[in-house]
Amino acid sequence: MSKTANALYAGRKRTNIIAMTLCYAATIFGLMWLTLILASLLINGIPGLSLAIFFENTPPPNAQGGGLANAIVGSLMLTTLGVGIGAPVGILAGTYMAEYGRYERITSVIRFINDILLSAPSIIIGLFIYTLVVLPMGQFSGIAGALALAVIVIPVVVRTTEDMLMLVPNPLREAASALGMPRSLVIKQVAYRAARAGIITGVLLAVARVSGETAPLLFTVLSNQFWSLDITQPLANLPVTINNFINNPDPNWKKLAWTGALIITFAVLSLNIGARALSKSSQSK
Amino acid sequence: MTIETHSSSQPSAALPMPERISVRDLRFYYGESLALKNINLPLYDRKVTAFIGPSGCGKSTLLRVLNRMYDLYPGQRAEGEVLLDGENILQPGIDLNLLRSRVGMVFQKPTPFPMTIYDNIAFGVRLYENISKADMDVRVEEALSKAALWKEVKDKLNASGLSLSGGQQQRLCIARTVAIKPEVILFDEPCSALDPISTAKIEELIDELKSEYTIAIVTHNMQQAARVSEHTAFMYLGDLIEFNETSNIFTTPKDQRTQDYITGRFG
Repeated sequence: MSKTANALYAGRKRTNIIAMTLCYAATIFGLMWLTLILASLLINGIPGLSLAIFFENTPPPNAQGGGLANAIVGSLMLTTLGVGIGAPVGILAGTYMAEYGRYERITSVIRFINDILLSAPSIIIGLFIYTLVVLPMGQFSGIAGALALAVIVIPVVVRTTEDMLMLVPNPLREAASALGMPRSLVIKQVAYRAARAGIITGVLLAVARVSGETAPLLFTVLSNQFWSLDITQPLANLPVTINNFINNPDPNWKKLAWTGALIITFAVLSLNIGARALSKSSQSK
Repeated sequence: MTIETHSSSQPSAALPMPERISVRDLRFYYGESLALKNINLPLYDRKVTAFIGPSGCGKSTLLRVLNRMYDLYPGQRAEGEVLLDGENILQPGIDLNLLRSRVGMVFQKPTPFPMTIYDNIAFGVRLYENISKADMDVRVEEALSKAALWKEVKDKLNASGLSLSGGQQQRLCIARTVAIKPEVILFDEPCSALDPISTAKIEELIDELKSEYTIAIVTHNMQQAARVSEHTAFMYLGDLIEFNETSNIFTTPKDQRTQDYITGRFG
C-alpha cells in the first residue's frame, strides 16, 4: 500500500472510531435515564407491593394500609371501554383509507388531520371532552374518561391499520378479486388476514399509550376514594390516584403512589413486549 | 369443429373455430395516455392464445381488460368492445364479480391467500356455491389433481398455503382458479418467477387445461409461446402487429417487426 493510501485509511479509521464512540455515548445516555427511572420505581415501589394492593381500596388520608383495588379496576374499565370504543372506529377508518378511499383526495386530508390528532397534547383532549360531555352531564364520569381515552386511541389505530393494510401486496387483492370475490370479502378474508398481526399490535400499543394517561382523566373522570363500577359516576383510576397521592405529605399515600406507578409501568412494558413478540412471530411465518 | 352451439355467434365467427372472446376496436387509457390502440382479435374456444412482445407493449394491459381487473384502479378506462359469448363485458352494468368468476386469472407471482391449502381452494368455491363438506372435499381434490398438485399436498391440506414452494404455490393458484369452473383462464407470465422444472409442469398443465378452458397467456419467453399455444399475438407499443397461428408467427412472420422480435433483434 502506498503512503497516501495508508494515511487515508488511517484517517477513515479514526473518523470511524470517533463516530462509533459518539453513537455508544448517545445510546448509554438514553438508556441511563430509562434505567434510573425503572430503578427508582423498583426501589420505591416494591416495598409497597402486597396482596392488599389488589384487594383493598384506597385509604383515607393519614390512615395505615389500604390498597389500590378500586383504582386498578377503574383503570382496567376505562382502558377497556376507551379502547373498545376507539379501536373499532380506528380500524374502520384505517380500512376506508387503505382500501376504499386509497386514491381519494379526502384520504390524504384525513391522514393529515389524523397525524395532527396523533400528536395533540392529551390535556387538550381532556378539556375537549370536559366541554363536550362533562359540562352537559353536570358531573365527572367514567364514560367521559373512556371517551377521552377513545379520542387518543383512534389516531393511533387509524395510523397503524392504514399502514399495515398498505403493506398487504396489491397482487393478493387482485388475486382475490380475480376469483370474483366482492370488495368487502377481499378486505375481510384476505387483507385483514394478511395484516392481522400488525393491526393487533397497533391496538396493543394504543392500550399501552392510554393506560398511563393522566391529563385527560383529570378533567373527565376525576377520581373516587371508594369502590365503584358505575361509569356514570367519577371512577377511581391509577394515573389520577398516583397524581393525587404523590403530591401529599402522607407517607402511606406516597408509598401507594410508587407502587401504583410500578404496576402501570410493568403492565405497559409487558404489553409492549407482547406486541413485539406478536409481530415477530407473524413475520417468521 | 362447429359453431352451431353458439347461438350468439357474430358475423365474424364465420371462421372455422368458434370465438369465446372477441376483442373489437379496443382502446385503453391509463389516465390520458393511450396504452392500447384499436386492438382486434379473437380468443378461440378451448385453444391457447399467447401474447408476446417487448415490455410495455400492452400485452398485460390487454389481459387485464379481459376480466376488467383494471377497474380496481382509478383513471384507467377501456373503449370499444370485448365480447364474451357475444356479450360486451365493457358495457356499464356488468357484474364484475360474476364476470371474474367466468374469466379466471393466474398472476406473475404466486399469490396464495394467508390460509390453509384446503381453504385457498374452498374459499373461491364457497363464493358462488353452497355445497356440503363432502362435496367440497371432492371439489378440492379435483382441483388439486387438475393442477398436478394433489399428490404433493394431500397429506397436508391444513398446512398454510404459504408453506409451499414457489412452483407449488403457483399450481395452488391455478387449482384455485380451476376450482370455480371458469370459462376462460388468463395467465399473466405465470412462469417468470419459477425454475425450469416448475415451468415445465405448468406448461404441461396448460396443455391439459385447454381441453376444457379457453386460455390466454402472456409470456416473455418465446419458446414457451411456441410450445403451449395454437395462436400467437405479437404486440408492440400498444398495437397488435400480427395475430396468426403460432406455427406461422414463428416460421413465416408477415411483419418485419415480428421477425425482428422473434429472432432476438430487439426486445
